[in-house]
Amino acid sequence: MNSITNVSRRSFLQGALSAGALVLSVRLVPEVLWAADTPSGSRADQSVLHPSVYLGVDTDGTVYIIAHRSEMGTTSRTSLPLVLAEELDADWSRVKVQQAIGDARYGSQDTDGSHSIRDFYDPMREAGGAARLMLIRAAAQQWGVPEGECSTEPHVVVHKGSGKKAGYGELATTAAKLPVPKKEELNFKPPTAWRYVGKGQSSYDLEDICTGKAKFGMDARMEDMVYASIEHPPVLGGKLKSYDEKAPLQVKGVRQTVVIDTFTPPHHFQPLGGIAVIADNTWSAMKGRQKLKPVWDNGPHAAYNSEQFKKELQQTARKPAKAARNQGDVDAAFAQGGKILEAEYYVPHLAHASMEPPVALADYRDGKVTVWASTQNPQSVQEVITEKLGVPKEAVTCHVPLLGGGFGRKSKPDFAAEAAILSKKVGHPVKVVWSREDDIHFDYFHTVSAMYMKAALGSNGMPTAWLQRSVFPSIGTTFNVDATAAGAGELQQGWTDLPFDIPNMRAENAGAAAHVRIGWLRSVANIYHAFAAQSFANECAHAAGRDSVEYLLALVGSARIVDIKKSAPEYPNYGGSLETYPIDTARYRRVIELAAEKSGWGKKKLDKGQGMGIAVHRSFLTYVATVVQVEVNDQGELRIPRVDTAVDAGLVVNPEATRNQFEGAAVFGTSLARFGEITATDGVVDQSNFDSYPVSRMNEAPYQTNVHIVESSAPPAGVGEPGVPPFAPALCNAIFAATGKRVRELPLSRAKLA
Amino acid sequence: MIQLKVNGVQRSFDGEPDMPLLWYLRDILGLTGTKFGCGMALCGACTVHQNGKAVRSCITTMQRAAGSEIRTIEDVAAHGLHPVQKAWMEVSVPQCGYCQSGQIMQAISLLNEKQKPTDQDIDDGMSGNICRCGTYQRIRAAIKAAAGERA
Repeated sequence: MNSITNVSRRSFLQGALSAGALVLSVRLVPEVLWAADTPSGSRADQSVLHPSVYLGVDTDGTVYIIAHRSEMGTTSRTSLPLVLAEELDADWSRVKVQQAIGDARYGSQDTDGSHSIRDFYDPMREAGGAARLMLIRAAAQQWGVPEGECSTEPHVVVHKGSGKKAGYGELATTAAKLPVPKKEELNFKPPTAWRYVGKGQSSYDLEDICTGKAKFGMDARMEDMVYASIEHPPVLGGKLKSYDEKAPLQVKGVRQTVVIDTFTPPHHFQPLGGIAVIADNTWSAMKGRQKLKPVWDNGPHAAYNSEQFKKELQQTARKPAKAARNQGDVDAAFAQGGKILEAEYYVPHLAHASMEPPVALADYRDGKVTVWASTQNPQSVQEVITEKLGVPKEAVTCHVPLLGGGFGRKSKPDFAAEAAILSKKVGHPVKVVWSREDDIHFDYFHTVSAMYMKAALGSNGMPTAWLQRSVFPSIGTTFNVDATAAGAGELQQGWTDLPFDIPNMRAENAGAAAHVRIGWLRSVANIYHAFAAQSFANECAHAAGRDSVEYLLALVGSARIVDIKKSAPEYPNYGGSLETYPIDTARYRRVIELAAEKSGWGKKKLDKGQGMGIAVHRSFLTYVATVVQVEVNDQGELRIPRVDTAVDAGLVVNPEATRNQFEGAAVFGTSLARFGEITATDGVVDQSNFDSYPVSRMNEAPYQTNVHIVESSAPPAGVGEPGVPPFAPALCNAIFAATGKRVRELPLSRAKLA
Repeated sequence: MIQLKVNGVQRSFDGEPDMPLLWYLRDILGLTGTKFGCGMALCGACTVHQNGKAVRSCITTMQRAAGSEIRTIEDVAAHGLHPVQKAWMEVSVPQCGYCQSGQIMQAISLLNEKQKPTDQDIDDGMSGNICRCGTYQRIRAAIKAAAGERA
């Protein structure tokens, strides 16, 4: 599927790389030259952004590697180039990482779904391996020796017999004349020879971040640019009736106001509409906005009240719904009796609240658009601007600076389209800066969900029947307003993939209408599905009078591959084949046992008000078990002194970055479990900033999260998201152990723990 | 005309006196290391030093900045990396990195006041700074490392 072509003989070398440089591109490159341009015009800047290929080796020995995925904190911008550098046998200190623009030649650039390493591990090592072989062949040719006698040391080809050595830079010109070897010719390094993979490197941008030099989307600047702050319709789909066109112009620095039309449904990635205040600086734009006095026709979503909606979801969850997975005969098994347990769970809407709100700078001129956007998907920026401005996709160039967090919000490019529309209207480059209030009010929210759970426990305390039903507005409503049922992609996430060894099991789902924009949030449907399933599993353990860890292992059952297609034919397995990525209960068992052992489960003396809880979950093809330890004092105040998370993500390229991801996931999980709640009154979101939508601060976060990575040679899986789902149920299971109080509705801030 | 010193350079400003220092630094001086996060002193991403003390530049108006000495993240490494920055790198604190300028400015201020901060001191000093990626335990470790007390 990945062809590798040598494009170095073509005329693309007008950018960073000097003539004779060896350049390889992978993944079906149609060899179209893309002219690099950058805000500042220095040659070095142009080199850094030159995006026509994945890899270049320059005659001075500099290795350029393209990072085509967005960097929002997962370190993929470092880790993927590191894979390439490994097989190239490059010296990392001589590698320059260049961020790609949006271009379909790179394949998917949608940096979500925790699949950067999973999908691009092989293409990167093939590119590196092919280049290394070409350099070896170039050296063999120059020295007149068989290529089999040559090998590499970092950045150097060596011939042991004669002691000859040549640097990659010296060999680049000769190597560029050779045909690119086929994949079958490549000899990959044995893992014992790895210098980088499995050992990792700190972020390529570490020093720049720590010194304030790193450039985020918020930091993009252009000559002659103006700033925009946009008043959006307070209710989704609302239309502007009137506003004060004059008062904003009284504010010093305000230049003009521009109306952006409300979208035609479905909203998809279109701008919401509203009134933009254009000014000389961000502050003037924000201040001018306060003078707009807009009057809106709020439309049908003004009838949305989340408190009422919650009751409707819960009622729906009590009625039979469509089965997405069916195994054995659940109804017959319930009819046979046993100890019946029922429980209902609820998780509200959540907002992403990345530290950098949505921001984009766009420059429209002469039918072309150049954008700098904090986007997880520059190709979708191209698409939405193409759609909105009627320019061809090739006329839209999207640069991707660092993202100040993303968590799924920045996969949607509505804000970049706003900047492009405004730039065309005002004749300047326009930087659109969303305020925190804009970000919280107008998010693509994590959906709201209600779950109903029922089990019959047999005489040994294990379930003979298990029924689970979830109800939530689907992400599909963002693309089709009439979508009423969840897709298989949402139901695979912790619902149809339940690994428990229960003979009779059914997973059901019912849809609901959406009244706000729904989108992906870090680990998506896994959040509420895992909360319900892993909390309920713990309720069963308690009802059976058994230890939580021992019971969870018994539920998972013996080591086996779950034949998931038999009971859930539509199960998509995150796009991975079940042959390569089976649902393997041995791996569930291993992470449970590891997390339990490392946490001191069953060995620690716990005082009054202290408790430990466990949950296990597979998402994005990675297995995670989390043990949370809590303290709840007499006032009901919660402290989380320690978390132990065991991770089996297959081969881990960058262990330290992976640990950082799972430490962060524990904090992210703490935020959503303790505080996360978006509500709406008359269609208007009630929360607006970190006072009304709090996220964990240092004193509220786990004090210590220990991440235990399972050594594995299995194919790499995701690490950005999988730490989140097991956290909330593990926390609530720990609270139950500490206090006897079972929390079935999030956030905890609504629960009385005293 | 408002006079102030930014990173050792004397500046004058004749714009709106209610403009927050944050936007003056970012939009007018182009010092983009200081970040916008909330506009209400709730997150600390905009933290700079005013006369040596950490302040939230998003609610510090130019009027209130008048006559003072402002120091931003850009100046901290002007003569080589600061020990706090070195510690941040050793511990590999950042994920996305957006809040880290503010975290570092806050940590420097904390360490100026408490040379050997306890966990409680660190909680008290740093809990005004949000990191949505959740790097808090590394921030704590880096502060301890910078204080010469390995975590």
